[in-house]
Amino acid sequence: MKLLTHNMLTSHVKGVTKGYPLLIKATEVKLNEVEFNPQFVSRMIPKLEWSALIQAAEELGHRQDLPEELLPEYEKNEEFLKKVHRALLEVEVIEGCLKCPESGREFPISRGIPNMLLNEDEV
Amino acid sequence: MATSNSRSCLQYLLHLAQENLDFRRAEIKSLLALRGKPFHPCEDFKEKSPFLCLDGLSEEDVHSIMARSVCAKSAFELWGHGRTHSELRTSLLNYPSENMVRFMQKDSTYRINVYTFNKTLEFPDRIKKIDALEYLPFEGTVSLKNPQHIFCLLEDYGTDPNNIPEHPDYIFFGRWIADGQRELIRSHSVKNRHFIGNTSMDAGLSFIMANHAKVKENDLVFDPFVGTGSLLVACSHFGAYVCGTDIDYNTIHGKGRSSRKNQKWRGPDENIRANLRQYGKEKMYLDVMVSDASKPVWREAALFDAIITDPPYGIRESTRRTGSHKDITKPPERIYVESHVPVSQAYHLSDIFTDLLNFSAHHLVMGGRLVYWLPVYRPEYCEEMVPLHPCLRLISNCEQTLSSHTSRRLITMEKIKEPEVIPVPSSTPRKPSTAPLVVDRGPLSAVSMPVPVLYVSNDPAWSITALIPGSLLINGDREWDQPSSEDSRTLQSSYHA
Repeated sequence: MKLLTHNMLTSHVKGVTKGYPLLIKATEVKLNEVEFNPQFVSRMIPKLEWSALIQAAEELGHRQDLPEELLPEYEKNEEFLKKVHRALLEVEVIEGCLKCPESGREFPISRGIPNMLLNEDEV
Repeated sequence: MATSNSRSCLQYLLHLAQENLDFRRAEIKSLLALRGKPFHPCEDFKEKSPFLCLDGLSEEDVHSIMARSVCAKSAFELWGHGRTHSELRTSLLNYPSENMVRFMQKDSTYRINVYTFNKTLEFPDRIKKIDALEYLPFEGTVSLKNPQHIFCLLEDYGTDPNNIPEHPDYIFFGRWIADGQRELIRSHSVKNRHFIGNTSMDAGLSFIMANHAKVKENDLVFDPFVGTGSLLVACSHFGAYVCGTDIDYNTIHGKGRSSRKNQKWRGPDENIRANLRQYGKEKMYLDVMVSDASKPVWREAALFDAIITDPPYGIRESTRRTGSHKDITKPPERIYVESHVPVSQAYHLSDIFTDLLNFSAHHLVMGGRLVYWLPVYRPEYCEEMVPLHPCLRLISNCEQTLSSHTSRRLITMEKIKEPEVIPVPSSTPRKPSTAPLVVDRGPLSAVSMPVPVLYVSNDPAWSITALIPGSLLINGDREWDQPSSEDSRTLQSSYHA
C-alpha cells in the first residue's frame, strides 16, 4: 500500500464518526523506485489531506524533511515535489495493518495489499 | 458535401473498423472532446458505414484522434468524393489546387493505394483505377516502398456481402494522414496477458472504454470491480495512474484456480501489478485492495478523474457483498485474522448500479466520467431503463449484442454538479428483499432506478439464466468464450499500389 492510497482511505466501521486518517502499524516497509512525474504530483497535492500524509510518512520513518504546512508555489519547487513523490508513491507498506482511530478495528495488509472487508457482524 | 476553399476548413475522412459499430461514434466524439473540439460529422453519415467524414478540424486534431482510437483504421485529408468516378473527377477538379500541389511537387515521391470495401479487385483493375486518375497533376516520382506522400482511392461497395454491386456506391479520394491504434488489440490481447480471469475484458473493448472515459495523462482512474485489471491496463497505456478494488481475495492476491486451459493453479506472480509490468506500465500502478464496492472506504472527496468498470452481473462471476442473511453469531474474539473470509450475500444488480452512480457522483472530479456495462434483456429494453443521477449527465449508450435476447450496454456519464453535502448515513443495511425501483438517499443524490433487469440467456456458454431481485446468483461457467465482439468478418482490405 502506497501512502497516496492511504491518504484517500477512511474507516467504514459501523457507527464510527471520525475514521480518518487510519493509523498505520507496519512490520515491513519497502522503498520502490517509481519514475518521477512532477505534473502528476502537482495534480495530486490539492487532493491530499496534507497533515495525514505528513503523519503517515513520519510514522513510517520516511518524512524526509517535509514541512507541517504545504509550501506555496509548490509546482515550481522540484526538490519539494520529489520528496512528495517519494512519500506518495515510493514508500510501500508490505506487511502490517491499518487501524481505525476510533473503533480500533484493524484492517490487515499482506503482500502490500490492504484487506478492507468487514466481517458480517460489523456491517 | 461541398469542399471548402480554405485550408482551415478541410474535411477529413476516417475509415472505421467494421466491428463494435455502436461504439465508434462515441469513441471519436470523446477523443475530440478531450481536445475541446466539437464532433461535426458531414450529413448523411450512416451508422453502419465504415466511412466517417468530419468537418471543422485541423490535421493536428485528426492526429490526436488517431493516436488513441481503436475503432478507426486510417484517416485521410479528403480531396474529392462522389457516387461515380465522373462525380469524383468533378469534385477533385473543384478542389483548390493550392491544397494539392505542395504534395505533388517534382522532387517528391508518392504512392496511390486502392482500397475497396466489401469487394476484392484484381490487380489489373486496380491499376486501371489508378490510371484513371491521370487528370490529377502528379509531378513527383512513384515510390512503392518509402513514399513521402500516400494517396488513397477508397471505394465503398456497401455492407451486404451477399449482394455486392458491380459499381461502388460511393468513392473517396484523399491524402493519407495517419493510422489508428488497431495494433493495440493484438499487442494487448488477453490471450497473451500474464494474469487473467474468467471475465477479463477483451483488449479492444478495454481501450474503447478508456477512450469513452476520456482517460488522459496524469489522471487518477479507479475500477471498483477490478477483477484481473484489464481496464487498468488500458487506462495505464494512456498515461493514467490506476487503482482498483475487488471483493474477491483470491483475485486481488492472484491466488486460487487458474482461468487458463491446461493450468490448474495460478502462478506465484499472477496479479494486476504484473499485468501492468508486462506492458511497461508498472509505474502507473497505485494499489489494489480487497474491498466491498458497496462500502464507503474512500474519504469523502472528488478523488478520481474517471471511474471505469465492468460490474459483476452474476452471470460469469457472482455478485457479492459482505453481510449475511443469517442471525449473526459474534466471533468469540475480536481478532481480525487475515484468513477470515467474511460471509457474503447476493448483491442485487439494481443496488450495484445505484451504489455505482452515487459513488461516482461523490468521488469523481467535476467533468470526470463514469463508464460501465449495463446488462439488458433485449425484448424488454427501453432507454428509460438506464439509471440516471441528477449529478451525472448521460453521454453515450452503446450496445454490444451478446445473443438474440441479451446484450450489454456501455454507459458513459459525466459529472456535471456536486452532490449536496448532506451527510449520507453510512450504508444502512439493506434488506435482501425486492430491490426498490427508486432509491432515495436525499434530494440530490437520488438515483432513479429502472425496472429490475431480467436476464435470460439461451446460450449454453452462459450458465445462469435469470437475474431478478431476490434471487441468489450462482457463479458462472469457467470455460467461457469471448462474446461476439471478436467474430467480425475479415474484410477485404487491399492496400496495393
